[in-house]
Parts: sequence; structure tokens; C-alpha cells
Amino acid sequence: MNRLVRVSRRRFLQTSALGAVAATIGAPSVLRAQGAPVKLGVLHPVSGALSYSGQQGRLGAVLAIEEINAGGGIKALRGARIEAVLGDAQSTPEGGSAEVEKMNSAGVAAIVGGYGSSICLAASQTAARYDLPYMVDVGVVDAIVNRGLKNTFRFGPGFGVIAKTALDNLVTINEQVGKTAKTVMIVHEDSAFGSGLAKLLNTQLPDRGFQVLETIPHPTPTRDFNNVVLKIRAQNPDLVIPANYYNEYVLLARTMQQQRVRPKGIYSVLGGAASSYKFVKEFPEAAQYIMDCNHWFDPRNPKSAALKKKVEDKGEFYTYEVFMNYSCVLLIADAIERAAGADRPKIIAALEGSTFAGHVMPYGPTKFVNGQNQGAAPVNTQVIGNDIQVIFPAAFASAKAVFPMPRA
Amino acid sequence: MLSPIILVPAILNGLLTGAVYALVALGLTLIYGVLHIINFAHGALLTAAMFGAFFAHRLLGLDPYVAALLLTPAFFVLGYALQRFIIGPASGGEDRNILLVTLGLAVVIENALLYAFRADTRTINLPYAFDVVDLGIAFLAVPRVIAFGAVIVVALVLWLIMQWTDTGKAIRAVAKEKVGAELCGIDVAHVYAVTFGLGTACLAIAACLLIPTYYVNPHAGNAFVLIAFTIVVLGGMGSVTGALIGGLFIGVVESLSGLYLGESLGQIGIFLIFILVLLFRPSGLFGART
Repeated sequence: MNRLVRVSRRRFLQTSALGAVAATIGAPSVLRAQGAPVKLGVLHPVSGALSYSGQQGRLGAVLAIEEINAGGGIKALRGARIEAVLGDAQSTPEGGSAEVEKMNSAGVAAIVGGYGSSICLAASQTAARYDLPYMVDVGVVDAIVNRGLKNTFRFGPGFGVIAKTALDNLVTINEQVGKTAKTVMIVHEDSAFGSGLAKLLNTQLPDRGFQVLETIPHPTPTRDFNNVVLKIRAQNPDLVIPANYYNEYVLLARTMQQQRVRPKGIYSVLGGAASSYKFVKEFPEAAQYIMDCNHWFDPRNPKSAALKKKVEDKGEFYTYEVFMNYSCVLLIADAIERAAGADRPKIIAALEGSTFAGHVMPYGPTKFVNGQNQGAAPVNTQVIGNDIQVIFPAAFASAKAVFPMPRA
Repeated sequence: MLSPIILVPAILNGLLTGAVYALVALGLTLIYGVLHIINFAHGALLTAAMFGAFFAHRLLGLDPYVAALLLTPAFFVLGYALQRFIIGPASGGEDRNILLVTLGLAVVIENALLYAFRADTRTINLPYAFDVVDLGIAFLAVPRVIAFGAVIVVALVLWLIMQWTDTGKAIRAVAKEKVGAELCGIDVAHVYAVTFGLGTACLAIAACLLIPTYYVNPHAGNAFVLIAFTIVVLGGMGSVTGALIGGLFIGVVESLSGLYLGESLGQIGIFLIFILVLLFRPSGLFGART
């Protein structure tokens, strides 16, 4: 049956070259007929110090991709499926950049993710070299969108907006109870995130009628918060504002509970654990009545509730990484739909003019100015009972702020 | 800031934290005193023990204090086997090789843990973790008070073993004069391994005492071991009493310097003492002068 055909080397090269040309010319029609998959880079720090957040982010992105594919893929491309190209930034900026290079070689149409600010900065810069659209999922440092990179978009809010909203809401909450809180202590981790926030708060709180009694920095990791809590006890501030990562946040809250230090309120800005279902489930007593200003889904949106159920059915926590990434992928898919292809400049143009409202965040339709989504805003939450309630903005608050917190 | 309201609790907390430091240092000082090596794998082994305690609770539902009864002998055997079959043979009798072998072991163990469990930080939630003993002037966390008591008992038992048992006498003989001990018929390789096993067993106990109030990730042990090195130098190489007193002292120093210099600078006090001891009393507070 099998007849050996002798093909000379030159002949072979000629035919294959011809074949390649034919394939290229024929490609568009083939694409239209079969809806060849569109590749999407999904970049997260799934190993290293930020691995928990990275894995949560990946979960959100993959869920969105599965949903799009199950719903018939990209319609403008005759139902083309989205194919995730997963990348691990290993919790370092260099790791992020290296993955962008790989994803570019793999021919992705766009990249979603990054999580940490430093990773987002490096990865989007690398992607800019290839005009590769980059959607930042979380990274809050404002330099991410202030560099004038045309490829870089941020769906969520930046540091400046978050800090301003947090302080505005704090003032409102305090005024509602007759300005009961006057003094503040800030406990912050001593790297860029915590120190930057502490500095911002130290300049802005006095203007808004609060006296900062003391600002306590601590390294990450810190093993013991007894001394910090003793100082809080000695100063007895009305409010404690922690700005640290998950582990330290949990340790601080637990130590405060243990040492029976109960200020009138614990109010965090981008609190590492303050609005995490993981924290609330594992340490409900320590988490009780903690307020936070952070990324949060729109509780009025049935799509969001459906996603929450889906995530919880998988035995995972519905954390902000999940719904931020889920939304970002839907947003990118919408841009690919409107660009009607995987052409990068067209996708960038589609994002620039994007008015996408099918996400699960309380931002309204997207509107990008210099890469920043204008409607993006944080939400104030409070742990009440065994759940996290929205206390601000009033438009979709699910509970009224419990402030000052009741003495246990 | 010198008010007793914060000073007394800070000192008491320092003593309680210091007790656990002392236990980690006990293991280190034993190995240092007898084998004359710096065990770089100490931190990684502590982390492994913490994972052991964590999973004993998570999978078997064992209270960490109960798990200590299983983990301590298990880690004794592990330590014995490590020294007898890996560190001993691989080093070919040269001290500087041992140093590298233990360093290599640390890298292997840490990365194996990282591979198996990822960098995720885990905690366990025990009903008594938040309980406190109210002394009127300070609230002391129950798990820390238990840890303090346990460390005292362990140190006492260890001291009794070293002082009164044949094994203890053999260990001390090998520590003082290896060749002489060997000539008297003591199996030095066995004594080395037993010592390493005892040191590792101390880590298992320390891990079980830590896990109720601390967290575990693949790098969790390192923080303790650096401090333990300081304690070993302060207390005197190979001295059980020195490790205990040194640990408590360092705990208080850390607590007070944390209180007055800030958490970020809290460890400065510890390393200042380290340098001062090296300068003025290199043999340590309880070390035998040679």
C-alpha cells in the first residue's frame, strides 16, 4: 500500500514553500469557515509570594473564557473560541516580562492580568513593544496608566481615586454619628504600598479633621503584633487604619481581638484581608465590624451573584481577584468582537472606544481616557455577621455602617 | 512611653516569645556543641515540622499539642537518618563539607515544600487560640503560656538526659574529646546521629507550640533560626542553660527594642547584642572557656 516516493531536498523545499504561500493566501477564507481560536494571554503570579492572589486571578479569567466559549465564542469570527495562554509571573516583574515575551511569540491577541503593581508596570511595558493590548486587572499604582503607553488599559481604579473615595466616605460615615472619631493611628507595612498610603493619609487626614496620633511601620513579614497593639492600647485612638498585606492584616486583627483592644472603628484602605471572604470565614470574630475601601463587585448585578455561586461551588473564595479578572476578560472579548479579529491595533482602538457594561463591577459602562477606566471606583464594605456588606455608596449599599463598633 | 501599662506586658510577651526562640536554639546548640557544625538546614526542618503540625490538624484533626507526641519521635528518627545516612557520609568527615551539605539540604527541603504546598500561607484556627490569661496588668495568650511551660519542661528533660543517662554522657564525651570517646568504645557516628535527632526533635516540639498562634509557609522557619543563631552565640555553644536563658533574654530585647525603635528596627537590638557578645565574651554567657 505504502509506496515510497523519493523526493529530493530541493523539490521538497519548493513544494513546502508553495504550500505555505497557498496556506497564507487561503487563510482568511479558512478562518471564516472554521472560526479559528483567538489566543488570549492570562498572566498572573501563580507562584511565589503573591501566589494566592495570582491563582484567584487566574480562576476568574478562566471562568470568563469558559463562559464565552460555552456561549458561542466570538460571534464576529463565526463563533471562534478563545484559547487561554496561561502564564506565571512568579511574583516578580522580570517573571512577568518574560511571560509577555513568550505570549507574544505564541501570537496572543491581548493579555489580561499582572495583579501586583510592579508586575503590571513591567509586563505592560514589554507588551507595548509589540503593540500588544494589555489589560491591567488590579495593579493600583497610578504610574501604570500615566506613562502614555497606548497598549495599556486599566479597568479598575488607581491609588489616587481609591484614597480619595476612602477619605470622603470616612468623613461621611463619621459625620453621620456626630463626628465621634477624632483621633487615628496608622499601622502600615514599610514597602511602597503601605508607606505611600501612610504618607498620603498623614497629609490628608488633618485637613479632614482627624488627628494622627502615631504612624507605626512594620516589615513584611512581621511575626508578632503584640507591641503594636500595646502601643495602640496606650494611645487609645478612635480609629485604627491598617495598610498591610493579607498575613499581617490577619495577625494584627487577631492580636487586637486577643488583647481586647477595641477602637471605635478599624477602617482600612485596600486592606490586605479586610474584605476577604477567606478572612471572614477563618476568623469571624477578629474580622467583625472591620470596614474597608476596596475593589468590590456590584451586588445588584445578578450576573455577579451567579459568578459568586459558581466560584463557591468550586470550593473557592469569591475574592476581588476573581471578579476583577472575570470582568477584564469579558471586556477584552467584547473588544475583540467589535474589532472583528485578532488584529492588535484594531483591538486597541476598540478598547479606546469601549462602552462595555456586561461586567460585574459597579463602574457603569467603560470609558477609557489615557488607558484609565473613568467609571472605576472602589466600594466601602464592612464585615457584619458572617458576611461582607456594602455600606457605601448609598446607591447599592446592602447595610448601614455599624460605627462606632459595639463594645463586645 | 515608660508607663508600666505597656512596659510590663511587653516584657512578659518578650519572655513568652523568647521561650520558643530558646527551644529552636536548644536544637541548634546541641548540634553545634557536639558536631561542631552550623546546621543550615535547621530553618527548613522547622518549616517542615510546622507543615507536619499543620497537616496533622487539617487532615487528621489532631490538636497541635497532641500532634507533638507523634511528630517529636518522627522528627527524631528523621534527624537521626539525615545525619547517619546523608550528612555524615556526604561530608567525608570534613567540617566545611558538612556546612555545605546542610545548606544544600535546606535548599532541597524548602523547594520541595514550595513545590508541594505552594507559597500560600496557612493558619489553623483553634478554639483556644484567642483565649487569654488575665494577669490584671497584662493579657497573656494561652497558647504562648502553654508554650512557655512546655519549653521549660523540655529543657529540663534535655538537661536530665545530658546529665544522667549513658547516652547523655556519651554525647558530652564526644563533644569534649571525639578521639578519646572513640577510644573508649563510643560509637561516634551513632552519637552524632542521636544528637542531630535530638536537635530535630526540639524543632518538632517548637513547631507544634508555634502553629496555634503563627502561620506556616515554605519560608516560615527561617525567621526563627537567624535569631536562634544569636542565642546560641549569646548563651555559649552547646550549653542547654545558655540557650534557655539566652532565648528568654533575646525575646525581651526584641520586644523592648520593637516597642521603642519601631517594628521595622526591632531586630537591631538582637544583632547589636550579637556583635557585643562576639567582641567581649566570644565564649558566650554559659559557654565553657577553652
